[in-house]
Amino acid sequence: MIDFYKTSAVEIAKNVKSGEWKAVDIAQTYLDRINDKNKSLNAFIRIYDDVIESAQAIDDKRNNGKPLGNLAGVPIGIKDNMCEKNRLTTACSKILSGYKPPYNATVIDKIEQQDGLIIGKTNMDEFAMGSSNETSFYGAVNNPFDTDRIPGGSSGGSAVAVSAGLTPLSLGSDTGGSIRQPAALCGVLGMKPTYGRVSRYGLMAYSSSLDQIGPFARYSEDAALLLNSIAGYDNKDSSSVDIEKPDYLENKITSLKGKKIGIVRSFMDEGLSTEIKTTIENNVIDVLKSLGAEIIEVELPHSKFGIAAYYLVATAEASSNLGRYDGIHYGFRSENINDLESIYVNSRSEGFGPEVIRRILLGTFSLSAGYYEEYYNKATKVRRLILNDYISAFKNVDAILTPTSPTCAFKKGEKSSNPIEMYLSDIYTVCNNLSGLPGISFNCGFSKEGLPIGAQFTGNVFEENELLQLVNIFEKNSSHHLTTPNI
Amino acid sequence: MEFEATIGLEVHCQLGTNTKLFCGCTTLFAQEPNSQTCPVCLGHPGTLPVLNKKVFEYAVKAGLAIGCDIQKFSKFDRKNYYYPDLPKAYQITQFDKPFALKGGIEINIKGNKRVVKLERIQIEEDAGKLIHTADGSLVDLNRAGTPLIEIVSDPDMSTSEEAYQYLVNLKKILKYNEVSDCEMQEGSLRCDANISVKPIGQKELGTKVEVKNLNSFRYVQAAIDYEIVRQIQDIQNGNKISQETRLWDVDNGVTEPMRSKEGAHDYRFFPEPDLPPLILTDKEIEKIKSTVAEPPLKRKERFISELKLSEYDASILTEEKPIADYFENALKEFNKPKEIANWISNDISSYLNEKKIGIDQFPVSIENMTSLWKLIDDGTINKKIAKEKVFPLLVESNKNPSEIIESEGLAGKNDSDEIRKWVEEAMAKNQKAVDDLKNGKDKAKGSIVGMVMKASKGLANPQIVNKIIDDIINS
Repeated sequence: MIDFYKTSAVEIAKNVKSGEWKAVDIAQTYLDRINDKNKSLNAFIRIYDDVIESAQAIDDKRNNGKPLGNLAGVPIGIKDNMCEKNRLTTACSKILSGYKPPYNATVIDKIEQQDGLIIGKTNMDEFAMGSSNETSFYGAVNNPFDTDRIPGGSSGGSAVAVSAGLTPLSLGSDTGGSIRQPAALCGVLGMKPTYGRVSRYGLMAYSSSLDQIGPFARYSEDAALLLNSIAGYDNKDSSSVDIEKPDYLENKITSLKGKKIGIVRSFMDEGLSTEIKTTIENNVIDVLKSLGAEIIEVELPHSKFGIAAYYLVATAEASSNLGRYDGIHYGFRSENINDLESIYVNSRSEGFGPEVIRRILLGTFSLSAGYYEEYYNKATKVRRLILNDYISAFKNVDAILTPTSPTCAFKKGEKSSNPIEMYLSDIYTVCNNLSGLPGISFNCGFSKEGLPIGAQFTGNVFEENELLQLVNIFEKNSSHHLTTPNI
Repeated sequence: MEFEATIGLEVHCQLGTNTKLFCGCTTLFAQEPNSQTCPVCLGHPGTLPVLNKKVFEYAVKAGLAIGCDIQKFSKFDRKNYYYPDLPKAYQITQFDKPFALKGGIEINIKGNKRVVKLERIQIEEDAGKLIHTADGSLVDLNRAGTPLIEIVSDPDMSTSEEAYQYLVNLKKILKYNEVSDCEMQEGSLRCDANISVKPIGQKELGTKVEVKNLNSFRYVQAAIDYEIVRQIQDIQNGNKISQETRLWDVDNGVTEPMRSKEGAHDYRFFPEPDLPPLILTDKEIEKIKSTVAEPPLKRKERFISELKLSEYDASILTEEKPIADYFENALKEFNKPKEIANWISNDISSYLNEKKIGIDQFPVSIENMTSLWKLIDDGTINKKIAKEKVFPLLVESNKNPSEIIESEGLAGKNDSDEIRKWVEEAMAKNQKAVDDLKNGKDKAKGSIVGMVMKASKGLANPQIVNKIIDDIINS
């Protein structure tokens, strides 16, 4: 049997569509591998027991002469914060124990319309709050390159699923770096599209004005394939944007002549591991130059306020978004109740983990009367200034190259007791969310310890294609992305 | 010391759209609990609100009808609090940028016209409701997400009579513009009153008390009267008025403090990130403006000044827009306003009341109704027969009245010779009346007319009857 798990999603879809390969065989290969590897990784928290039936249905559909969609038979892992009808969806929180949504997220519908094969739910930081995937109710996820280390977060399970070859594609959500940072730490590609590019309908909200769903993949073409299916306007999400969507698989570039790539000096100095710095300089900048790109320094002077603004906006919105988990309507209810207030207080105190409670309290405080102007409102002004920085920068460059994460994957427990240090993991990623701009993280090499190093391109609004093309041409001129963990 | 009261009203009005504010669920009243719900209005994780554009249109129409400044930029905000009838733990409302500011409602207290000023109108979603049973409380979310506008007046009233009129006239405007059915029993119109008192002439307002549970305009009036007296007495007894919410106790006619341990709420308002701002262009505002109905008070004044109707008739005709519309449409066919007014306020109204229907369900078309009036006017049929015999058949069949008259043989008798015969017969039978008439006792004519009408089965044209009697007596 072919080692399907090393195969690209594009290849799988093509061959299932043509009838060359059976969706059932592919599904079985991946299920076997998940059975074998997931225990040591904890990337998937639920594998559906009807995956083979679903795969058979795809094969049957083809056998009945019906054309298959663009994701035909491609196994896909879904982060546990995207609603699937009648399937447990818990955001890896105790407070949603037993919760089965009565509806599908738009991205789920779109994947199913294209005959993608959803395998199960991937692990994540509780309610997407974390940078190490250590806050999950279902336990930490292990980095496949070193199982003593964290995979990054919050979409740690989805990153590991692709990194370890448990699925060729997975979906994550990115509020401050939750796709890109784990992608970097696990040696895969992860993209946060422009805010409004992918419908948020059915994504359990953490911070509504920052959240965006995006793909994990090993290959840029695979990311393009998945983005093709999930991007686009959705009348169920008023923040989704009704503009034309390109075919992300088309128009691949073969040269970077005339391309201008910005680098941000301040991002490459203070706080960045030297190893990451030299890797980006040697492995990325040099390759880009050799392909004809011009490297131009740009400045993002307000980005230094990014982390502060992010933790005000995100926690404020979270404090409101998570109010609905009250023990009344669905999910977990404390047994220790005697009146309405005790239902609220005890269900929430027992149902949420400490990081979630910390962020709810932070957000509640910053929205309180008398503090709103000073905190939340000021943070929204900072967002505008950060966006303005980018707008000026994009007058001179096509994309901006930065590190994704200041460090490689750290040891489990290393930063758990120091939230501020943990929050700084997102220092290079939050500004995309604050400004709404798309970002893509890709593997560009490895540390001496053999840990993946990620670099990030940021593009102008709705320039996802530009980013995919840049990574695509980089892949053709390097081989870092082909290095898989030894598990 | 003399005191004066300051009153402000907050009116919640359910807009009459078929579907909810942010989802496609229906707004039908009195349905099976939780049957009119979907993941969005149940507040399921991951769901997002999508504005019902019709609601915004209705709201803007209401705002224009009340004379508000419609804001070209407004936005939604979240009001965060916990209650089991609020599944998202926040209400989507408008906080610092509501869609309508200012405006006013005209009132008329004993001939003194003035405008009660409005502060603002905001769009917001309703919560569900709790049903308390012996086994515990149940949540019904059918109403959750129902579109409301909250109309907030300035503290610009000082008596319960002003408040009552404000409400009556506000309701009339809302109904006139068909933005709400304003059914208080179904909760589509609700009112809270803010009341304070202060010594006459004092500038700063007294401590305000909010009164809720006011299910009719009369309760609002009674509660205000009660509160004013209570607050003045409290102050005179040396007590301080505490800022609180009180409930109107209908049975005992008193207000009672609402049992709530909460102090001032901090609702942690912030802009709703799931909804874009509401932007309106001048063109859009103008378009909605063109659909706004003529204000009921203005219409009434026009009926009095242009059509020479009495204050009483004009009031009745403008009470509800469909009646005023019926009247004016009829007027186009039959230009006798007073006649039409009489028909509407008597015969037609009695019929509608008896059937418990509105004029929009009145079975007789304007064409047939005005034909009947024309037939009376030209003497084809006499009015009494029209009212007693033709009208009941007309509401049954909505046939052409000429046909009814024809088939029922109800046409008036205008033939002088025939009528003269009846008159002579009547006179022959009633010499005393004839003598009285000859002696100038005009009242005696009635009995002869009555006999003629009886003999003619009511069909003799009364004008001709009278004329012939006069002729005979004077000859």
